[in-house]
Amino acid sequence: MTVTDTPDLECTAVCKDFGQVRAVDNVSFQIPKGSFFSILGPSGCGKTTLMRMIAGFEDPSSGDIEIKGKSVLNTPPNKRNVKMVFQHLALFPMMNVYENIAYGLRCVGTDKATIDQKVKDVLERIALPDVGNREVHQLSGGQKQRIAIARCMVLDPDVLLLDEPLGALDLKLREAMKIELKLLQHQFNTTFIYITHDQSEALVMSDHVAIMNEGRFEQIGRPEELYHAPKTAFVAGFVGDSNRWSGKVSAVEGGKAKVTTDAGLQMLCQKRDGSDLSAGQSVNIYVRPEFISAKRADTGAAGDLNAIRGKVDSVLFNGANSRVLVRGPSGELIEADVVVTGSDSDLRAGDDVALSWSDQQTMCFAT
Amino acid sequence: MQSDIKRLSLILLFAPFALWIFLLIALPHIGMVILSLREKVAPRVYEFGFGNYIDFIQEPIYWNTLLRTGSMSILVTFLALLIGFPIAYYIAKIAGNRSKGALFLLCLIPLWVSDLIRAFGWILLLRETGVASSFLLWTGAINEPIEFLYNDVTVVVGLVYTVILFMIVPLVSTLDGMDDAMVEAGYNLGGSGFTVLRRIIIPYAMPGIVSGCIVVFMLTAGSYLTPILLGGKNSSWFTEQIYDQFITRFNWESGAAFGFLLLAFTSLVVWLGLKLTGQTLANTVAKS
Ligand SMILES: Nc1ncnc2c1ncn2[C@@H]1O[C@H](COP(=O)(O)OP(=O)(O)OP(=O)(O)O)[C@@H](O)[C@H]1O
Ligand SMILES: [Mg+2]
Repeated sequence: MTVTDTPDLECTAVCKDFGQVRAVDNVSFQIPKGSFFSILGPSGCGKTTLMRMIAGFEDPSSGDIEIKGKSVLNTPPNKRNVKMVFQHLALFPMMNVYENIAYGLRCVGTDKATIDQKVKDVLERIALPDVGNREVHQLSGGQKQRIAIARCMVLDPDVLLLDEPLGALDLKLREAMKIELKLLQHQFNTTFIYITHDQSEALVMSDHVAIMNEGRFEQIGRPEELYHAPKTAFVAGFVGDSNRWSGKVSAVEGGKAKVTTDAGLQMLCQKRDGSDLSAGQSVNIYVRPEFISAKRADTGAAGDLNAIRGKVDSVLFNGANSRVLVRGPSGELIEADVVVTGSDSDLRAGDDVALSWSDQQTMCFAT
Repeated sequence: MQSDIKRLSLILLFAPFALWIFLLIALPHIGMVILSLREKVAPRVYEFGFGNYIDFIQEPIYWNTLLRTGSMSILVTFLALLIGFPIAYYIAKIAGNRSKGALFLLCLIPLWVSDLIRAFGWILLLRETGVASSFLLWTGAINEPIEFLYNDVTVVVGLVYTVILFMIVPLVSTLDGMDDAMVEAGYNLGGSGFTVLRRIIIPYAMPGIVSGCIVVFMLTAGSYLTPILLGGKNSSWFTEQIYDQFITRFNWESGAAFGFLLLAFTSLVVWLGLKLTGQTLANTVAKS
């Protein structure tokens, strides 16, 4: 392996136990240089624990962590070139902005002129050139955010860890910061590891996303891979919206599986690579709302598609993301995306509809 | 009309406080000042004058005692801070939630015993025939009994023991409010343990340190029982001089002057301390 493709960070079979609780379970991954990597998972799945191990605040129970090809297990946190943006930022309230940023430089003994220069540079890069003399409490939420990042970036870290840094911001600011973070990452060209339980943040910003559940990585991939080709049922259910049915495989023929749902509906789904479905197996089926087409019942459904008839329960109007809730034959609610044009042909509550989708968009996982 | 009611209610609310300040604090002190400015010219004949203060300046024993009391109190304050800070840090940051309460209570236990009993406890331990001396005799470390009492070290130890609680309480409450992430951020950005302590923990705890030091210093400089009982005749504590003037010599005028001097002196030390550390009383009180 040459120097250039040494990953910035590599974890190998990292585990962490807190007494009886296994917070992180056999996690392995590597992050190439300069990429934006997100770890996405529900609350309590071990994201923070994993990050704290990378930063050095916890020791893994087993496994190895390498930064730029060197194991850091025996390196104390203040000697690792991994910087962290804390959830509540942890800016130092007794120092002003300049001192906050200069703190890390002073710790490594940089001389005064260089500190001045570097602080000035980094403040310019985050587009806040004049705030050096302000106190921390005189900044807005978004500005604090940027200072917290600048405080780390001025030290030129190999990896920047961000633990739900947008959690404390209000919705509007979060949307703005999402884009800004991505831009900052491009600008600094440093590896970012971003922890979140908000999937839209992870999908929008990241080059790669790892989905974490109960201490394990379920799948690592590009956002669109996770969305369109989830490897496990958890990923299919967690990333994006989907309709779910549980049922049993009644037959497998020609790369397709026939499934009878618990409510007696027949569905056809394409077998994906590596999945081994066999007759009699119980499965969960996931179908995303945007792949279900909802038409008035009288227009008729196509041949080999999965099809269900139902009644529109309600129309959820949200501009381009409008959706209908359809009450299916066994009383379950099915979501389907629709285009609402404002004309007479739009679906309305109470209409009879035919729902249909192709077997390729039907994701089937053994339970 | 509206504003009259407002003013009236303000006066009514404020009255008890003002009365308290006036009757219990201002009035006695004004009395003291007036008393201290009376010179005795003949039996039962007094004149206005600074005689009592001039006496103080002219007699080195008096101001030496005051200076000694001041410097010993500063030493006690410093030791209390040095010992109290790690204890407070442990209670606030390292101990688990459950042991936190227990430890805090443990710190309060000495308060349940009166000053006097506590001092006698020390005497029992440290006198010539006391526990410490007997134990050392028994182990053979010494050949004849030692008197641990009646020296400065004992007085300082006894005072630190008495006042350290008042250092720990404000420190625990300020340190408790510190986010752990701040300390971690300090390490994460490359700080060593010492840097984190000096640049993050201590500045953060400064309001607590200042208020603890003021309380401890005032308590020590004004304490009476512990220095007398543990230091004996040669403790030369300034409060002893005041007591002496009031009770033994029945010279109330000079006693009042001494009392006022002690107040002025300790206030001056506190003011100097605040100036030197660049703190103001306002932000100390506001933050702790
Ligand atoms: N110091 C600790 N001692 C014992 N258990 C812990 C400790 N820290 C975390 N845990 C447990 O480890 C698991 C993972 O915690 P972690 O903080 O990593 O979750 P998280 O994914 O960051 O969740 P969130 O999104 O809510 O922040 C949880 O079950 C938690 O209770
Ligand atoms: Mg967390």
